[in-house]
Parts: sequence; C-alpha cells; structure tokens
Amino acid sequence: MLILVAVCGTCVVLARDPLRQALMASLYGLVLGILFFVFQAPDVALSQTVVGAVALPLMILLALAKVRFDEEERKR
Amino acid sequence: MSPRLRLRVFLVAGSGLFGLLIWGFAGLPDFGHFHGVYGQLLNRASTPERATTDVITAVNFDYRGFDTLGEEFILFAAVIGVTSLLRTLRGERVDTPDDDAPGRQVPETSLAVRVTGLLLVGPTVLVGLYVVVHGHQTPGGGFQGGVILATGLLLTYLSADYLTMRRVGPTALIEAGEAAGTAGFVLIALGGLIFAGTFFENFLHIGTAGQLLSAGTIPLSNFAVGLAVTGGFAFMLSEFLQQTLVKRRRQVR
Repeated sequence: MLILVAVCGTCVVLARDPLRQALMASLYGLVLGILFFVFQAPDVALSQTVVGAVALPLMILLALAKVRFDEEERKR
Repeated sequence: MSPRLRLRVFLVAGSGLFGLLIWGFAGLPDFGHFHGVYGQLLNRASTPERATTDVITAVNFDYRGFDTLGEEFILFAAVIGVTSLLRTLRGERVDTPDDDAPGRQVPETSLAVRVTGLLLVGPTVLVGLYVVVHGHQTPGGGFQGGVILATGLLLTYLSADYLTMRRVGPTALIEAGEAAGTAGFVLIALGGLIFAGTFFENFLHIGTAGQLLSAGTIPLSNFAVGLAVTGGFAFMLSEFLQQTLVKRRRQVR
C-alpha cells in the first residue's frame, strides 16, 4: 500500500501534461485515502478522499477547461 | 546559474534534507504507540463526558471547537476570494451558456456517463446526509458530508446539463446555505457563552452515547458546518462552471 502511494505520488510529479496530472492526482488522492483507512484513520481517510480525489482535481480540470476555452477564443 | 551549479546546489540541499528526514524518522515512536497525554485522556473522557462514539468529532466540534471555527472562516474567505476573482468584469459581456446557445458545438455527453451519473445522484446525497447526521457516532462529519453533498450537485451537471444544475441548486439557495451554516456555527458557539458561560461550551442535554440525538451541541454544529461546506463547495463549483461555460467576451467597440 505504501509503495502504491509512493508510485502514484511519483507519477503525479512526472506527468507533464496538466490534464494527465490532474487525473493522476485524483487517483493519488484515492490511494492515499485508502492508506489512511488501512492505518485506522477513517476520519482523515474520508476527508482525504473527498478533497484529494474529487474536489481538488475537479477545480484543476475546470480551470484547464477555462484556459483552453480562452485560447480557442483568441484564435478565432 | 549554470545547470551544473544548480545540480550541485540541489545535491547539497537534497542530501541535507535526506539526512534530516532520516534523523527525524528514527526518532518517531513505533506504529500504534502514541505517547501524547492529551490523546489518551480524550480517548477515555469523550464518551462518558460528551456521549460521542467518534472521538475526533468530539475534539473538532467541542473540545477544540474554536479551531474549527477558524477553519470554517478559512473556507468562507476562500469562497469569497474565488467569487470575487471570477466575477463579471467591467467590459465583459455575458452570453448565453454554451449548452443553451443556438448552434452549440459542445460535444454530447455520452449516454454511459449520463446514466451512471443519474444512478449515483441519489446514493451520493444519501451518503452525504448520513455522514453529516451521524458525525458524532461514526467517522465523518459536517465537512466530509458537505463535500459529498456538493458532489451530488456536480453529478446532476454531469448527467444533465448546466441549466438543470442551476434549477436543482439555484445560486440564491446555495448562497443562503453557506451563509446560514457559517452563521449557525457561530451562534451555537455564542450559545455556549450565553447558556454555559464559555464560548463553545456544550450547553444542551448530553444524552446517551450511541443514540442519534445525543452529544448536545455536537450534531447541531455538524449540521451547520455541513450546510456551510455544501454551500461553499457548490458555490465555487457553479462559479467555475459558469466561468467555463458562459461565454464572456470582451466588448468590441
């Protein structure tokens, strides 16, 4: 489990494309949440899952969509 | 700075940090052998004193409620910050949302996403409500449940469209929820000051541990925080979506 978290974390850092990075960050958040749960910290696990796996990647994705939309607008 | 020099500086700093980390980790207590007195004390005291079976919620909303109040206002300030950054600027024209515009170019959401989203809305809201309401008994509480509830709103966007989402959660309602939740939490804290003499003192009947209506003000605080967090996250979500979907062009003059 620890190794899986380490691998996911490294993947987040190594991903260059922000879109891939956001999706990887979401997976990382989920795995980290499971790790907290395995280590008997269900409260933290819940917070980590909802924020790390859902809220944070979502904000990044929406921001990316906005940036992309602006770029298309400028090209027109 | 040349790449070589930069690498050297990094190697020196990196090895220093690595050494410090190893030193620090070596001094950690073994897994499961926590030595903090406060933690041991609360583990014993919180169930008889506050009738909660979830010590963490008892700490967050009672023993350490003032900290949570601060965190609550961090979220509140963050939401206000995002809103003021994403407001309609002078010189920007607001067009109809892409979803609604004639001759729209938005790719259709796939049927699989729509159906899965639709199936998940009900369970998600239910789980969110459960987590908020049972905060003093099982893991979770206002914050976690609130974010799950806001995810329910996101699912309505995924399975339907932006306009449906606005109909399910109108901005006025979301704003009211956020404000009422934050204010409610402060009022509960003030209630402690008025009825028990101390800010955040638990002033309601404690009840029996394990029952839904127990633990005094803790479920109420949980509910208020849940409302505030749902409102806050839903508000940020709809603000971001509006930014992305609603065309805002600079006015050409």
